[in-house]
Amino acid sequence: MRVAENLNAALHGLLDDDPTAYVLGEDVLDPYGGAFKITKGLSTRFPDRVITTPISEGALTGVAAGLALTGNTAVAEIMFGDFVTLAFDQLCNFAAKSVSMYGSRLPLRMVVRCPTGGGRGYGPTHSQSLQKHFVGVPGLALYEMSPFHDNREVFAAMVDRGEPCLFFEDKVLYTRPMGQADPLFEVRRDGGLAVVDPAVPDLAGRPDCVIVAPGGTAHRALGAMRSLLLQEEISCRLLVPSRLYPLDAEALLPYLGPVVVVAEESTPGGTWGGEVAHRIHQRAWDRLRGPVRLVCSKASVIPTAAHLEREVLVTESAIHHAVREALRG
Amino acid sequence: MTETLVPALDPAAGRPGLSRLADDDLELLLLIRHFELELLRLYGRGELNGTTHTCLGQEYVPVALRPLLGPADFVFSNHRGHGHYLARFGDAHGLLAEIMGREGAVCGGVGGSQHVHRDGYLSTGVQGESLPVAAGVALHLRRTGPGALACVYIGDGTWGEGAVYEALNLAALWRLPLLVVVENNGIAQSTPTASQMAGTVAGRAAAFGIAHRLVVSADVNEIRRELEPAVARVREGRPLVVEFVTHRLGPHSKGDDTRSPQAIRAAQENDWYGRYAHDHPEHFHRFDGPARARVRGVADEVAARPPSRWSPCA
Ligand SMILES: Cc1ncc(C[n+]2csc(CCOP(=O)(O)OP(=O)(O)O)c2C)c(N)n1
Ligand SMILES: [Mg+2]
Repeated sequence: MRVAENLNAALHGLLDDDPTAYVLGEDVLDPYGGAFKITKGLSTRFPDRVITTPISEGALTGVAAGLALTGNTAVAEIMFGDFVTLAFDQLCNFAAKSVSMYGSRLPLRMVVRCPTGGGRGYGPTHSQSLQKHFVGVPGLALYEMSPFHDNREVFAAMVDRGEPCLFFEDKVLYTRPMGQADPLFEVRRDGGLAVVDPAVPDLAGRPDCVIVAPGGTAHRALGAMRSLLLQEEISCRLLVPSRLYPLDAEALLPYLGPVVVVAEESTPGGTWGGEVAHRIHQRAWDRLRGPVRLVCSKASVIPTAAHLEREVLVTESAIHHAVREALRG
Repeated sequence: MTETLVPALDPAAGRPGLSRLADDDLELLLLIRHFELELLRLYGRGELNGTTHTCLGQEYVPVALRPLLGPADFVFSNHRGHGHYLARFGDAHGLLAEIMGREGAVCGGVGGSQHVHRDGYLSTGVQGESLPVAAGVALHLRRTGPGALACVYIGDGTWGEGAVYEALNLAALWRLPLLVVVENNGIAQSTPTASQMAGTVAGRAAAFGIAHRLVVSADVNEIRRELEPAVARVREGRPLVVEFVTHRLGPHSKGDDTRSPQAIRAAQENDWYGRYAHDHPEHFHRFDGPARARVRGVADEVAARPPSRWSPCA
């Protein structure tokens, strides 16, 4: 099953199981089914609870918050995650604040879906990964889609939190298969954390390097792990947390080794990876051979032309080199 | 406050006839038409990366406005902006190179189809964002180059964004030389205007005391004649919303047209291209083939160029 189908099934499941659940966004109705077809079939089955909106990201996010405020579960789609900047006020100053600023906890069940990331030639305003701008807002949780996490489970976790959640969906994942197909590696799950180790048990126990990556970067990390293993006999473990923030650093600890790299799609500076590194340093400094290394994209806009876009985004080979450097350094 | 420009009916055909165009207008219309068709062809053959939005069916809007705008005016375009650019600069090579990421690209291949900047011209792919910026440019122009205006193209769907209203308020309040050109093609991506807009564009302009012109005609000469005095008033600090009732002939971007066959047929029946070929066959055919050939030549030439160069952190 492809990731897009799994996500679509998760939304069907949510609307099936939760009679208060709504899905709203631009162009989400059938037969169009959303710009990336993730909402396909929903409006046909649930015409009253799947709502198409004008091009009004701020308002549609506010409407989701209003639905949540009155006890419903609201899932809002931002057509391109880049436009979630237009909803920043509703998210940061209204929804996230409201969970606690009225003196007692006010649960809000809302998820804002953000198709994210580059690699598709959509250009500078349709390709960004804006996760870092939302890190550290109390009452706002960040999740990222991954091929190793069933989206129905992830949605259940987000809804159960009772606070607004942003769900980042790297667009290149949509057409990729769920799980991972490379026979060199095996995936297991420990709560919300996916742990990917070499399939050879001897290598799995003591990885030379541990890579932490969100779902959208995971396949690039896996590509690097493959080349590192085959070309350089370097064995790596990949950790993919479903929830990026607040980060469950405790959950990472049992899987860390002396060398840790965080790889993510993001411009440098104030990154999620910086937060991960800091949390790991606080808890596991003694066990590390050196500081956690960060791999992210260039400090640049994301160009439209494919040959230029490639220079800017995080690549397999950038992760490969970072791991090699970390082991040397 | 709304004035409507309804086309004169051709008594013989029972529908409006199109008046004969000047050669250069026809050439420009056909350049834009064949440019867009060529893009869809290149996409179909996998020779273009990313996405694009063609202005098929709407070419006459910027062509009609072209002589009403001068070099001191600033034009803001949107995602559906190839016609706007070509009407201003006629530069098919630079635009195609931008879209294909080849040497000679207007913006180095960084911006691509929907992010183009060149003197007095800027487009961006985020709906509604340009209006307040255009208001700022209009403020500058009013102070430094009296008589110049800022023109901003938006679609019907873009009226969903709050920034549009904040900008209209400023424009009226500060008497800015701001010309808002609305290409109301009855649809936003997959959403019919009736499903996303309560009331009308006219009503919204009226709420700010801003003049509004509704243009139903697709006759370049007629539109120009009618709009000329209104655009002149914009230059004196009286903002204006001109709403074109137009038709999107093709998909929103590529391969994503979920409209009914009837809706697509209605757009085709309104297409200036077929109508002009019918009304002025000799004139049309004298220019159509050469325009197609010219664009194909541009595409071949640009495709053979090396990739554009640019340095990420510069
Ligand atoms: C802020 C923002 N939200 C959503 C989009 C995605 N999008 C691009 S074009 C478009 C439809 C625009 O409709 P309209 O304004 O009527 O222009 P048209 O495409 O019909 O020319 C949408 C939703 C966007 N580019 N920017
Ligand atoms: Mg439209």
